[in-house]
Amino acid sequence: MLAPRLRSRLPAFVSSVRDHPRQSCRWQTTASTAVEPPPASGHSSSVASSKLLRITRESALRTPGIVWADEEPVRNIVGGRETRKMNLYQSVRDALSIALAKDDTAVVFGEDIAFGGVFRCTMGLAEEFANCAAGRERVFNTPLTEQGIAGFGIGLASMGHTAIAEIQFADYIFPAFDQLVNEAAKFRYRSGGNFSIGGLTVRTPTMAVGHGGLYHSQSPEGFFMGAAGLKIVIPRSPIQCKGLLLSAIRDPNPVIFMEPKILYRSAVEQVPIDDYAIPLSRAETLIPGSDLTLLTWGTPVYHCESAIQLLNSPPPSLAPLIPLSLRSAKVELIDLRTILPWDMEAVVESVRRTKRLVIVHEAGMTGGVGGEIAAEVSKRAFLRLEAPVRRITGWDVPAALQFEKFNMPDEIRILDGIVETLSY
Amino acid sequence: MASLARFRPAARRVPAFARAIQTYADTTQLQDTIEDQSKPFTVKLHEESFRSYQCETPSLEVEVKKDELLKMYKDMQTMRRMEMAADALYKAKLIRGFCHLAIGQEAVSVGLEYGIKPEDRVITAYRCHPFAVMRGGTIKGVIAELLGRQAGMSHGKGGSMHIFTPSFFGGNGIVGAQVPIGAGIAFAQKYLGNKTATFALYGDGASNQGQVFEAFNMAKLWDLPAVFVCENNKYGMGTPAERSSSNTEYFTRGDKIPGLQVNGMDIIASRHAVQYARKWVTEGNGPLLMEFVTYRYGGHSMSDPGTTYRTREEVQRMRSTQDPIRGLQRYIEEWGLATEQELKQLDKDAKAEVDQAVEEAKQSPEPLIKDLWTDIYYKGTEPPFMRGREREEVHHY
Repeated sequence: MLAPRLRSRLPAFVSSVRDHPRQSCRWQTTASTAVEPPPASGHSSSVASSKLLRITRESALRTPGIVWADEEPVRNIVGGRETRKMNLYQSVRDALSIALAKDDTAVVFGEDIAFGGVFRCTMGLAEEFANCAAGRERVFNTPLTEQGIAGFGIGLASMGHTAIAEIQFADYIFPAFDQLVNEAAKFRYRSGGNFSIGGLTVRTPTMAVGHGGLYHSQSPEGFFMGAAGLKIVIPRSPIQCKGLLLSAIRDPNPVIFMEPKILYRSAVEQVPIDDYAIPLSRAETLIPGSDLTLLTWGTPVYHCESAIQLLNSPPPSLAPLIPLSLRSAKVELIDLRTILPWDMEAVVESVRRTKRLVIVHEAGMTGGVGGEIAAEVSKRAFLRLEAPVRRITGWDVPAALQFEKFNMPDEIRILDGIVETLSY
Repeated sequence: MASLARFRPAARRVPAFARAIQTYADTTQLQDTIEDQSKPFTVKLHEESFRSYQCETPSLEVEVKKDELLKMYKDMQTMRRMEMAADALYKAKLIRGFCHLAIGQEAVSVGLEYGIKPEDRVITAYRCHPFAVMRGGTIKGVIAELLGRQAGMSHGKGGSMHIFTPSFFGGNGIVGAQVPIGAGIAFAQKYLGNKTATFALYGDGASNQGQVFEAFNMAKLWDLPAVFVCENNKYGMGTPAERSSSNTEYFTRGDKIPGLQVNGMDIIASRHAVQYARKWVTEGNGPLLMEFVTYRYGGHSMSDPGTTYRTREEVQRMRSTQDPIRGLQRYIEEWGLATEQELKQLDKDAKAEVDQAVEEAKQSPEPLIKDLWTDIYYKGTEPPFMRGREREEVHHY
């Protein structure tokens, strides 16, 4: 009964910090009436303060699972390496630069990318790899032609080239859906292994930005779940992004690489400047725990982190709603990272230990990735589960502009789900 | 208002042959007497063999060789025999699923191969069997693929529409999807600095797909060595070109891309046009559109008898007056390059070759169950397992 009560208190909690008009604080100066204006980024706790981000060189170099791609393996020591402070778009650029420098067949193309792209992921890349002598460009703009970009990339990759395409927003990937699902995913299979388009990587910004509205804030990863042959990767931070993107580019399968667009600037880490990879299809346990598995990817990783903090030390406004017995619960936070094919082994292993699973994603619940995971986990850990698998997702509605913050699974909704699942 | 539909007059039947280009297969004339049959000699194509858009038409005088003409005859005859064998196997229920035959269109597939070089690339739609063989495949490989056997060129996993060779990027089942892929292939050729061309083929039906125009635009924008080849067999499935396309002059639909309309029933004209197109794109002139005006004798696919949207008389007239194989046969006989007897022998050889390939293909076993799971992801990068219907069928890599 606790969770409904918590939910009933939600509007009050939210409105206490959200709904006060900005003007009121400009001229009302007395402490009794002054209200802080809402921060520009909303009330979700800032990504910048996340403990999951590796902001020191030492911690960055000790990123779990990192595989250095040095020519000489002797340099495989932490001490001699350097890092640079980068946000997520800078780490994308860094990865692309390495991929282009080390692979002469690699080309980068997409709408407006020659002068940096809408999110600056390719700033200066065209100039860096301009090869005027040979009369060929390696980083170039395409027309606004998503289906054509995907088909073009598939053709290029089928010649053994490394084709790195950008679809400007994941919302625009739908015109290319046929090419990706029918051509890219099946090219090897239908040719009996004679052809490969493994060199194809499609980068695309995904998830909500807070004000993107209907066609700039969707999370379409679930639509590709049935396309065996494709891989789908979503990173959560600059270090992850660089390593996973280099893995995706070099993976011998076509990969759709979805970058959470709100993290482009807000997620900042010290990123190793060397060439390295982070393996695909491996989930990462960010916070170990024993009482509940919280599984997510992309932007909601940080909302989950906040939710765990709220659970362990709730602010006074929430404290009456969180039973004392649950506050010491140890929640295991897992970043799935590769959505297809997903790391079933790691997730099931975790749920078998914790006996509870909450899945968080921004896409709507119906037909979302969470349903697939929930079904598989229910089957494999049925007798271990002590609560139904719970999905905290976007609502099954279009991502309307003014409702975008309500649509996102924020820390309050995640906290609610955790409390309900723990007290089931 | 829906009820008013029955008062609507029946749609006017548009004549299917409102074209200026002629498609007779036997109008090429010998220029002078052939003194030495081992040397090339000159023939003159009919002056209505080509129409062009923003470019010169190819010359009408063409050099040919006896050996080459005989080989082309044999190849066209073999391709037709192969398609007829597929037809028979389908009707015997040995081939299942979708199957699109190119009987009547042999002058395009064979003419294309004789006009290009092995290092050029070809990609086409689902009517792909002759191209797969001409580009280095085998008849056995094609028939076995149709039968779904291990000896198939895609090991039985592709089927009729998905057959590949190293220089042939396959039949593709999605109408028009191969065209932008062709643009990508051509880009790779340009990037590598190769003086080679990509021929991306599609039908008159596919020419109305949006992505075809996307590919045109990219190819012209970047001056790619791509030849976009519209095989206009006058019907997109069951709809005549005039009823589906506002502009049925497909060679003019590339906007700034020059185009060439070709008599696709005369193989000498076809091959000559392909050579012209190859030269055009490999000399850095950017892409070219080509339209072969041709005709399929059969239906769109095996489930289409091909006589509901056109008359039997029309098909019969095309068969009897414009058949590409008969046309070439007439040249060879009239120009004294071979006797009827010798050509009959070639026909027999073609039939025997196909019959043997069919027998061999039938002997090949069906794919192993384990191959259901291979080639989804690159070997070694698969997920730990993939699901089967039940526990015992889960496949672990």
